[in-house]
Amino acid sequence: MSILTEIVENLIVGDDEKVSALTQKAIDDGVLPKQILDDGLIAGMNTIGQQFKNHEIFLPDVLMAARAMYAGMDKLRPLLLKEGIPSPGKVVLGTVRGDLHDIGKNLVGIMLKGAGFEVIDLGNDVSPEKFIQTAREHDAAVIGMSALLTTTMSAMKEVTYQLKEEGLAGRIKVIVGGAPVSAEFAVEIGADAHGYDAANAVERVKSLISEN
Amino acid sequence: MPQCSGRRLAGRTATAGGGCATQQSRGVPAPESRCYTLHSRGRLCYTVIMIELLTFSTDDLRPSRDQVLQNQGIPAGVAVPAEIDALCSNAIDLMLEIAAPAGVLLEISKPDFATVYQGQGQNEASTPVGDIFPRAENLALFAATLGQGVSREIKNLFESNDLALAAMFDSAASAAADRLGELAEIRFAEFLDQNGRNTPETCVLRYSPGYCGWHISGQKKLFEFLHPEQIGLTLRDSSLMEPLKSVSGVIIVGPKEIHSFPMSYPFCSQCETRGCRERIRMLSAD
Ligand code: B12
Ligand code: SF4
Repeated sequence: MSILTEIVENLIVGDDEKVSALTQKAIDDGVLPKQILDDGLIAGMNTIGQQFKNHEIFLPDVLMAARAMYAGMDKLRPLLLKEGIPSPGKVVLGTVRGDLHDIGKNLVGIMLKGAGFEVIDLGNDVSPEKFIQTAREHDAAVIGMSALLTTTMSAMKEVTYQLKEEGLAGRIKVIVGGAPVSAEFAVEIGADAHGYDAANAVERVKSLISEN
Repeated sequence: MPQCSGRRLAGRTATAGGGCATQQSRGVPAPESRCYTLHSRGRLCYTVIMIELLTFSTDDLRPSRDQVLQNQGIPAGVAVPAEIDALCSNAIDLMLEIAAPAGVLLEISKPDFATVYQGQGQNEASTPVGDIFPRAENLALFAATLGQGVSREIKNLFESNDLALAAMFDSAASAAADRLGELAEIRFAEFLDQNGRNTPETCVLRYSPGYCGWHISGQKKLFEFLHPEQIGLTLRDSSLMEPLKSVSGVIIVGPKEIHSFPMSYPFCSQCETRGCRERIRMLSAD
């Protein structure tokens, strides 16, 4: 069995220690960091995402795999940075102003990282200005916003409005989600996409980025 | 979700509080628990209204495994690996260790509740609560929280990459927060019983702002009447309660029939959960 297949298999069962050790071994053996990332860590998370989507595994399985992926990434990140290997895209993520609910946003962030995206998590109670300013600073492709209540989701509109005003609409894509947020609401406020769960969020972000 | 608890009181676990007597537990300062006898033109009349700070025991608060797993998107009855079961009971135990639950319960008259319900004037034209409360026998406002420590712990667990435990802990806390509402219901029914104000046909059911046409901004008036600040619960301008794992609402007491309604409100066509059906079904099962 190749070392990359071993990484995939151990990631799927959520063995973070083994994934960490195997990633180190692959690096030491001279496997290219980008290959370890794509064919080991991300490949494992893709399988997990697919199994979760098909209801073959449960949320804790996904999160244990994600933790294992993070363990591998800790080894890989310095090399990826050194070699200047870009992530498939940067996503600025946060829970909107006035809102503190962040479990949904956290799960979305975990799955996006699992798919290889660079996620800048601003936490909760994030102002529209902060979303835009951070996206500009980091040259992010996507802003992702989450909300728990109908009263707080209205802050999402301020971001889409402001992006338009600043001529950034379309360059920085917006995806929204959260319990009270619907696809219709996303269209209404001029967001580029809506994601109904974390796996769906990954699919939507992938297609937003491929449109760019 | 809410349940009918009025007629089954005798069989239920004793819960929060001990009548109108002052109570103390888990190091919480002696809760103010007062009863008022209403006076009408200088003469005593026999309605006793109450305000009570609620305390909750860990046993009462413990959410069921199925409820916690359901919050993780795992339907009841589905077999899960032993590790997930262990993670679930770990998360429940840890959550109960950290939770500092507290609640407040205030009996309220119909005219006063009409003001609370009116809120900021943003409710749908017709709603279940709006149709039910005028036919109620007794009403009480409630708010309860698991405390800030629970939210801090969820954040810590995520930050230390203990992702599966973090999410399971969050699910356990959500289930326990829901349970707080149920316990407030039971406590109010007990109070009515102790004061001879419960009839055998009485059902006790809670309703919350943010559900079924009662606009979430209704939280503002509810907080003005109830003052949950005394249990460390505050309201943001957005109507979000802080700490996050908190619940609020009105407990409506009356004959079973008043809690039963068709799904014919205009907003029902967009409802995905149809949560009222389960509540009404449980009333009939009682
Ligand atoms: C569990 C729950 C609670 C728990 C915990 C809440 C918490 N925030 O921790 C408790 C019992 C405490 C609670 C309380 C209340 N709740 Co509540 N609650 C829920 C419930 C059932 C699930 C929310 C949840 O945690 N889901 C699990 C997480 C993982 O899912 P999620 O956040 O939705 O995120 C997923 C997706 O939405 C998506 N996603 C999320 N963010 C993003 C972002 C992006 C960019 C993308 C692409 C995708 C995405 O992916 C995530 C992962 O799959 C929802 C109804 C529902 N079915 O969603 C109501 C709901 C959110 N609650 C509601 C209400 C009204 C309340 C209360 C106001 C009721 C009350 N008066 O007591 C309080 C408010 C609490 C407060 N602090 O102010 C309403 C809000 C509607 C409104 N009018 O605004 C809802 C929608 C129920 C309803 N009416 O249908 N609640
Ligand atoms: S169908 Fe949904 S919106 Fe309508 S009353 Fe029932 S729970 Fe509320």
